[in-house]
Amino acid sequence: MTTAYLEDFESFTRTGGGRAGWLEELRQAGLERFRKGGFPSGKEEDWRFNNLAGITGTDFRLAGADVSGVRPEDLRPYLFAIPGVSTLVFVNGRYAPALSTPAATPSGVTVRNLAGAFAAHGDLISRHLGQYARLEESGFTALNTAFVKDGLFVHVPPAADTGPLVHAVYVTDGRADGAATHPRNLILVERGGRAAVIESYIGLATGAYLTNCITEAVVGQGAFLEHTKIQRESEQAFHVGTTHLSQGQDSRSLSFSISFGGAIGRNNLDMVLDGPGIESHMFGMYMGRGRQELDNHTSILHAHPNCSTREIYKGILDDRSHGIFNGKIYVTPEAQKTDAKQTNRALLLSDTARIDTKPQLEIFADDVKCTHGATVGSLDPVAAFYLKSRGIGRARARKILTYAFAAEVLEEIPHESVRQQLEAVVMSRLESLAEG
Amino acid sequence: MLEIINLHAKAGDKQILNGINLTVHAGEVHAVMGPNGSGKSTLAQVLAGHPAYQVTEGQVTYMGQDLLELEPEERARAGVFLAFQYPVEIPGVSNAYFLRAALNEIRKSRGEEEIDPIDFMELVEQKLALVQWGPEIFSRAVNAGFSGGEKKRNEILQMAVLEPRLAILDETDSGLDIDALRIVADGVNQLRRPDKATIVVTHYQRLLNYIIPDRVHVLANGRIVKSGGKDLALELEARGYEWLAEPAVTA
Repeated sequence: MTTAYLEDFESFTRTGGGRAGWLEELRQAGLERFRKGGFPSGKEEDWRFNNLAGITGTDFRLAGADVSGVRPEDLRPYLFAIPGVSTLVFVNGRYAPALSTPAATPSGVTVRNLAGAFAAHGDLISRHLGQYARLEESGFTALNTAFVKDGLFVHVPPAADTGPLVHAVYVTDGRADGAATHPRNLILVERGGRAAVIESYIGLATGAYLTNCITEAVVGQGAFLEHTKIQRESEQAFHVGTTHLSQGQDSRSLSFSISFGGAIGRNNLDMVLDGPGIESHMFGMYMGRGRQELDNHTSILHAHPNCSTREIYKGILDDRSHGIFNGKIYVTPEAQKTDAKQTNRALLLSDTARIDTKPQLEIFADDVKCTHGATVGSLDPVAAFYLKSRGIGRARARKILTYAFAAEVLEEIPHESVRQQLEAVVMSRLESLAEG
Repeated sequence: MLEIINLHAKAGDKQILNGINLTVHAGEVHAVMGPNGSGKSTLAQVLAGHPAYQVTEGQVTYMGQDLLELEPEERARAGVFLAFQYPVEIPGVSNAYFLRAALNEIRKSRGEEEIDPIDFMELVEQKLALVQWGPEIFSRAVNAGFSGGEKKRNEILQMAVLEPRLAILDETDSGLDIDALRIVADGVNQLRRPDKATIVVTHYQRLLNYIIPDRVHVLANGRIVKSGGKDLALELEARGYEWLAEPAVTA
């Protein structure tokens, strides 16, 4: 089922692809890879828990360039009131300047849309784009690369004093029902710099559409990146996204991945610790209901000594929803004194919800501390009793404890306005929980 | 106020209470003492409706109602309060939210209106003085990251705000240093009223130096083997529990 994508590629390159040279080659290579390999199948280890029929059985045509269907008030519930934040809005995959409110950035720092950045930053982009998201990693990556056009571009030069705070909002509206978008983001934080980037994926459409997004982020020596991905697609939509985080020596990162939407919502987090002395914290939270399938695949490569990673993912699954957590930690023989801790917890609110969880630790160094823990359960009856013993009824106690389960991750988010929005989403989801 | 007749209870297959008889009148403080495993904590938790225990025989009447028929939340709304030995941590849920939710549930059950948020804050601020805490406790999550002593103080704060008729303190003194013990005891003493009753479950006599009981009961093997006045606690302190436990086994 790839013909439609091949046709769209032809018209894409003919009419709107633009840019000759390296970018054209990159796209062509993506297309070739997709033509040969197509979408992943359930036979592949990385996709064996997924049911991709909803994606592979539909021709999602490339979304049109019309960004006029979204009004500022449509976006208001999704925006953040953080001082100094640059908000860049993308509608159906294209930058929508009329909806965006870029803030002044520190000198030398660039925050803009990728399509608009090629002219001034072509060399820099060409050195990084596609270097981390390798075509062979999956058909989705190949397809995204074939259709690279727009997304977020952030560049923080070496030793910049202050870093930007960016909120990129990717909206799919009713005009893109049945369509595909392929947002592509590039975040480069050079030596000693810092940046905070929040990506929100929003569905204003109610039907099925495909968001196939990729973020490549490079964190230079001693630099710091805070990266948050919020997935609030339509519950009929398909979202497949990969975040690549490549970290240099002594750098730090703090990442969040929060998912509420999607008939299928798949997040890949691919972290490469490309130097010694790195510290990374990764948090994930997802809430599924109906027949949603919410999947988090994380992969951490410890390739140098003295790096520490902390990973906590928590899922709340109701109705017939299906959660997947696959956490890979690979420690090379050089990566002595690695300190890696992975925790994955799932809360099943119904008898028909389920979770597939697979920790995957491959350790080839001998002086390391690597632990993983996975728990799957329902609400703790002793905790529920505690609330009841204070007069709080069963249904309310269930909501409070479920909220508390999610809050443990949300509390770590450093921006109050982000935290509040997400807590409100969790609360409203809990209100719809079956009573009793 | 409370009448327990021939109460038997088990956890799983393990029989723990083997026929408790106890009557508590309004205005009284009863101490329930006993060695580890005697069933004193089980008694406290059964009265509050802990789901891990099953009542196999006997009756409990509270304020004229069959207590065992009631769900734990209904017991709480009827004025029963258990101060937990191991209070539960609830991350992400502030003490203020939790306490207000609990208080409003109790008020609703009495046909009263929900408390106005400002009135609520004023009420809690008065109660905070009882446990010598400042208002910063409001915004902290319930028991999350609290020390053992802080958790016990929080139980007393909750008790002070919810104003139960029957308060049951389950080893509230365990793990407390002497200062925390005084704070907890002062909190309990200030809540003593002619229309309220308290059951203090404890292993040690120490707490009873501060909370003077009207009656002291000794549990062994799931039965009350001796009852007496406040001097019984001192006798237990001096002689231990062994002299009482033996006859119970053969009885």
